[in-house]
Amino acid sequence: MLPQLEELRSKALQELASIDDARELESWRVRYLGKKSKLTTILRSLATLPLEERRTVGARANELKTELENGLRQKEEALREAELAKGAKQETIDITLPGRPLPIGRLHPITQTLNEICEIFASMGFGIVEGPDVEWDYYNFEALNIPQEHPARDTMSTCWLEQQKSDKQAMLLRTHTTAVTARVIESMEPPIRVIEPGKVYRYEASDATHVPMFHQIDGVAVDKGITMADLKGTLYEFARRFFGEERKVRFRCDYFPFVEPGVEMAIECLVCNGRGCRVCGQSGWIEILGAGMTHPQVLERGGIDPEVYQSFAFGIGIERLPMLRYGIDDIRLFYSSDLRFLRQF
Amino acid sequence: MKVPLKWLKEYIDLTLPPAELAEKLTMAGIEAGGIEVIGERWDNVVVGEIVAVKPHPNADRLRLPTVDLGTEQQTVVCGAPNLRVGDKVAFARVGAELIDGHTGQLTRLKPAKIRGVESSGMVCSEKELGISDNHQEILVLPPDAPVGAPLAEYLGDVILDLEVTPNRADCLSIIGIAREVAALTGQSLHPPKVSYEESPPPIAEQVAIEIADPDLCPRYCASLITGVKIAESPQWMQRRLLACGMRPINNIVDITNYVMLELGQPLHAFDYEKIMGRKIIVRRAEEGEIIVSLDGVERTLSHDMLVIADEVRAVAIAGVMGGANSEVTEETTSILLEAASFNPASIHHTSRSLSLPSEASMRFERGIRPELTIPALKRATQLMAELAGGKVAQGVADVYPGRRKPKPIRLSAEKTKALLGVEFSLEQIVSTLTSLGFECQPASADEIQVTPPYWRGDIQQAVDLIEEVARIAGYDKIPTTMLSQPLPRQNPAPIIGLRQKIRNSLIGYGFQEVITYSLTSLEMLRKLRPEAQPLEPTPLRLANPMTADQEYLRPTLRANLLAILEANRRHEEDGIRLFELGKVYLVREGDLPDEPEVLCGLLSGTREEKSWHGDGSLLDFFDAKGVVEGLLAKLGVAASFEPSDDASFHPLKQAAIVIGDRRLGVVGELHPKVAAAFDISEPAYLFEIRVTDLLPFTLEHKMFQPIPRFPPTVRDIALIVDNGVSHQQVVDIIKGFSLVKQVTIFDVYSGKQVPEGKKSLAYRITYQSPTHTLTDEEVNKVQEQILRKLSQQLGATLRG
Repeated sequence: MLPQLEELRSKALQELASIDDARELESWRVRYLGKKSKLTTILRSLATLPLEERRTVGARANELKTELENGLRQKEEALREAELAKGAKQETIDITLPGRPLPIGRLHPITQTLNEICEIFASMGFGIVEGPDVEWDYYNFEALNIPQEHPARDTMSTCWLEQQKSDKQAMLLRTHTTAVTARVIESMEPPIRVIEPGKVYRYEASDATHVPMFHQIDGVAVDKGITMADLKGTLYEFARRFFGEERKVRFRCDYFPFVEPGVEMAIECLVCNGRGCRVCGQSGWIEILGAGMTHPQVLERGGIDPEVYQSFAFGIGIERLPMLRYGIDDIRLFYSSDLRFLRQF
Repeated sequence: MKVPLKWLKEYIDLTLPPAELAEKLTMAGIEAGGIEVIGERWDNVVVGEIVAVKPHPNADRLRLPTVDLGTEQQTVVCGAPNLRVGDKVAFARVGAELIDGHTGQLTRLKPAKIRGVESSGMVCSEKELGISDNHQEILVLPPDAPVGAPLAEYLGDVILDLEVTPNRADCLSIIGIAREVAALTGQSLHPPKVSYEESPPPIAEQVAIEIADPDLCPRYCASLITGVKIAESPQWMQRRLLACGMRPINNIVDITNYVMLELGQPLHAFDYEKIMGRKIIVRRAEEGEIIVSLDGVERTLSHDMLVIADEVRAVAIAGVMGGANSEVTEETTSILLEAASFNPASIHHTSRSLSLPSEASMRFERGIRPELTIPALKRATQLMAELAGGKVAQGVADVYPGRRKPKPIRLSAEKTKALLGVEFSLEQIVSTLTSLGFECQPASADEIQVTPPYWRGDIQQAVDLIEEVARIAGYDKIPTTMLSQPLPRQNPAPIIGLRQKIRNSLIGYGFQEVITYSLTSLEMLRKLRPEAQPLEPTPLRLANPMTADQEYLRPTLRANLLAILEANRRHEEDGIRLFELGKVYLVREGDLPDEPEVLCGLLSGTREEKSWHGDGSLLDFFDAKGVVEGLLAKLGVAASFEPSDDASFHPLKQAAIVIGDRRLGVVGELHPKVAAAFDISEPAYLFEIRVTDLLPFTLEHKMFQPIPRFPPTVRDIALIVDNGVSHQQVVDIIKGFSLVKQVTIFDVYSGKQVPEGKKSLAYRITYQSPTHTLTDEEVNKVQEQILRKLSQQLGATLRG
C-alpha cells in the first residue's frame, strides 16, 4: 500500500503545482480529496488491513491527507491573490473625479450661536424658558423699573402695535429678552436658574450695525445667597468657553434700571487684541453683555422676597458674537438669506 | 457730555494722564467714548502780538505784519484782511505742522520767498490750526493771551467725551465729573466760590411767584439782575461752551448755559420787562394753548404740559424751551433768572410730544434735585453781575412746595458682603461713601446710617450704596466664584427638543436654514393669493412702522421664503432647498397674539448639483412629499395625505398633511400665478407644517416591537385599475389583511399594453406571521382574498 500512496502523492502534488484557475483546482480537490478519491478509499479500507500494516499505512495516509489539504489551501490563497492583482490592474478609476454630490444643509449661523450658548449655560445648570415676541408694556418696561417717561425707554426705540388690551395697556414688540426675565420672576418659584433666548425688535433704520430684528439671550438665577461674585464667575465661564481661555475679560460698572449693581462685560477686541482699532472704537475692548444683581424692586414686583433671595441677571446680544468671531462687517447679511453668505457657516 | 480737562482742573487737582482718567471713569460707570486733543500738533506755535503791519512791495493783497514773540520779532508775509496792530495772534515758526488752508493736508512749515519777500513763519488761521474751517481771517486771541507762550499751553485742551447713563443727571456737569474723579483718585474738590453784592429793593417787591401745579414743579427760584448790558460773552467762556458743543449767543444766555454745564442745573433768563404783571405762574398749559418757542416755531400745547406764564400768557415751556415773547434781546436791561425743579416724567413727555429735545430737558428728565436750584441760581447771578455789569436785587425768590426730608439708608458690612461676595470693612465703606459726598453716621455696632448728598437722586436703597462701594473700589476687586447652590429642577418645554430634531433632520436632507424678519407687508402677503381676495383675518399692524415693507407681523412664513428663492436664483444654478422654523403671529381679541411655530420648506431646481454623475432631473412634488414623509417618520408620527385646496398651491398638485384627524400642513407645487407674482420662473415646491400643533403627536409614548422571529414571504402583483383609483385606496385594502406586513409600490405605468383610461400599479407585498413560518398555501389564500376584494371594490384586475 505504501508505494501506492507515494505514487499518489507525487502525482497529486505535480498536478497541483501546474493549476492556475479555480475550476481546475476544484476538480483536483474532488480527484484527490473528494469522497470518491483514492485517498478516501484507502482511508476507509484501513479497517480491513492487518494491525501492523494498518498502523503504518494509516499514519502515512493521514499525513498525506493533511499535506494535500494544506497544498489546496495554499493554492486557493495564491489563486485569490493572483485574481485580485489582475482585477486591480484592470478596474482602475480616476480617484480625482468628484464624488456623487449630496445636498448639504446648514443651520443658520444665529441658530448655531444660540445653540452653542445654550449648551454652555446648560452645563452650568441653566434651563431654557421662552416668552412671546409680542409683549405687554408691563413685562418689557414697567416690571423692570422702566415706567412711562423713563429716559431708559429712549435708548430702546420701540415698535408698538395698533392692538391694545381692554385696559389700554400697550402691546409692543419686545425690545429685549429681559421681558422674559420679568415673566420668569413672576411665574416661577425660587430656586431659579434659566436662560431666555429669543428675537427682539427695535424701531430703527437698518444699516451695517443695526437691524430692526435681532436675537438676545437673557438669563436669571434666583436663590438664597447668590452674589455678584457668582455673577462674575458664571459670565467669566461663558466668555472663557465661547471666546477661549486667553481672551481677556473686563467687568465695569454700567446702568440698567432692573439691576443694581449694574455690570457691563467686555472682552479684549478680537480684531486688534486690545491695541485699539476701528472695530472696538480704539478702546481695545468690545462690550459683550449687560448684567447685574437683579433689583430688589423687580424681585418684589414678581412676588419674590428680596430679603430672602438674591438674584443675578444678564443679557447677551447674539449677532455681535458671530460677527466678531468671523469678521462679519454687516449685520444685515444674517437676514439677507443670501446662500453665498449662509453656506460659509 | 463733553468735558474739557482744563475746565475740570478748576475744581480738582488732576494728576492722572487723560487716558488713565478716561479708563478710571469708564470702569466706574461713566464710559469715555473718546478723547479729543486740541493742539496736539502745535509744537512750534506760540502766542504773538502784532506790533506793525506794512504793505507788501509787490502785491496789493499781501501785507507784512511784524509779530512780537517775547524774545524776538518776526516779519512775515500774510494775506489775511484782519491784521491789526495790538492784536494777539497764533504765530507758527518754521517747522510747525499746520493744515494747508487750500489742500487740507498736514504740512510742515518751511521758509519761503513770497513775491520776492522772505517769510520765515506764519500768522495762523483757525483752519491752519485745525480748530475750525475758517481760513478767511487769522485767529485773533483774547488780549490776555501771554506773548511768547506756547499756543498749546494757552489754547490747547483735552476733551473727554463721556457717555453718562440715564441715572446720573449729576454727571451731566463738570462739577459732577470732578466729584467722581475726586472719589476715584482721592484728590480734593474745590467747588466754585460764590459771592456778589445785592442792592435794594428786594426781589420780593419786584416779582411774585406762584406754583399752581406743585406736582409738576417742586421748587421755583428766581433772581433779578437789572442794568445789564447785552454783549458777547468773554472769549474763555465762549471757548468752553464751544468745546462742550454749545453755540455762544450773548453774555446772558451764555452764562445760563455755562452754569448748566458747570453745575448741571438748567437755567432760564427772561427779559424782566416782558413779564406782564411782574408775576410768574407755573401752571399746566391750557389745552391747545399756543406759544412760539425760542427757535421761532409755533407750538400747540396740551393740558399735560407745564408752562411758565405771566399774568397774561405762557412765556416758556417749562424745562424744555423758553418763549420768544420773553426772550433776552440786545435791548434787554433787566434779567429775571429762573432756576427750577420739574417733574422728570412730565418734562420727558413734553419734550417727546413736541419733538423738542434740549440740553435742559435732557437734564430735567433725568431728575434734577430741588436743592441744586439755589447754588446754581447764585452762581449764574454772580457771573451776570460780573460779566454783564448788572445790579442784583436783594434776595432770591424761592417757592418750594415739594420739600422732602432726605431718608437715611441703613447699611452694614455684612449686607455688602452678602451681595458682592467679598468683604469690605465698615471703614472702607464709610471712606468711599464720604469721598462721594455721602454722610455716614453710626447706627449700631455694625450698621451705619447713610444720607446721600442732594445731587444723588439716584440713591434710594442699600443696594445703590453697595454699588457705589463696588464701583469706586473697582469691579475687579470682586472675586469670581461659581454658583454653589443645588441645581434647580428644570422643566424644558418639549417644543425646544422638537425644534432641534426638525432642524437637524432638515439639514440632513440638505436644506439650508434661513431666518427672516417677522415683519412684512400686505403687498407681500397678497402675492400669495392667485386671485385678489381680502386677507382674512387682517394681520397685526404696527402703530409706528419704520418702513412700508415692515408694517405687519407675518401670519405665514411662505412669502419670505419665496422672495429668498427669487433673490438667490440670480446667482444659484443648482437646486435650492430652504427652510425656516419660526413663529407666525395671529390676532387674538383683547390679548397678546397667538404665536404658533411653523415649519416652511421650499425646494426648486435640479435634484442633484450639476456634476458628471447627475442626469439634470428636476425636483418635483414627490421630492417635497418625501421630505415631509421622512421628517414625520423620524419624529415617529404617522401621517396621511388628502386632497387639499390651499389657494397658494397648484390646484391639482397639493396635499393636506393629516395627522390623527387633524390637517397640520400642506405640501405641493406653488401655484403658477403665485410663482409669477414672486418673479419665480421655475416650478417650486413648498411644504408647511404647524409645529406647535404637531407637538402632542410627537410626545405619544412609544412601545418596542419585537424583531420578527419567522421569515417573511414576498409576492409581487401588478394590477390594472381605472385612472381614477388612487394608490392610497389600493394600499388601504391590502393593508386591511392581518398577515400583510408591508406593501410597497414599485411601478406606476400607463401607455402601451394598458387599456385607455386605465393604469398599471405594481406592488410588492410582504407577508409575515409573528407565530409561525407561513406556508405557500396560507399566503396564496390571503392573496386570493386580497385580489377578490380589490376587484369587487376598485374593479382591479390582475395584469396578465
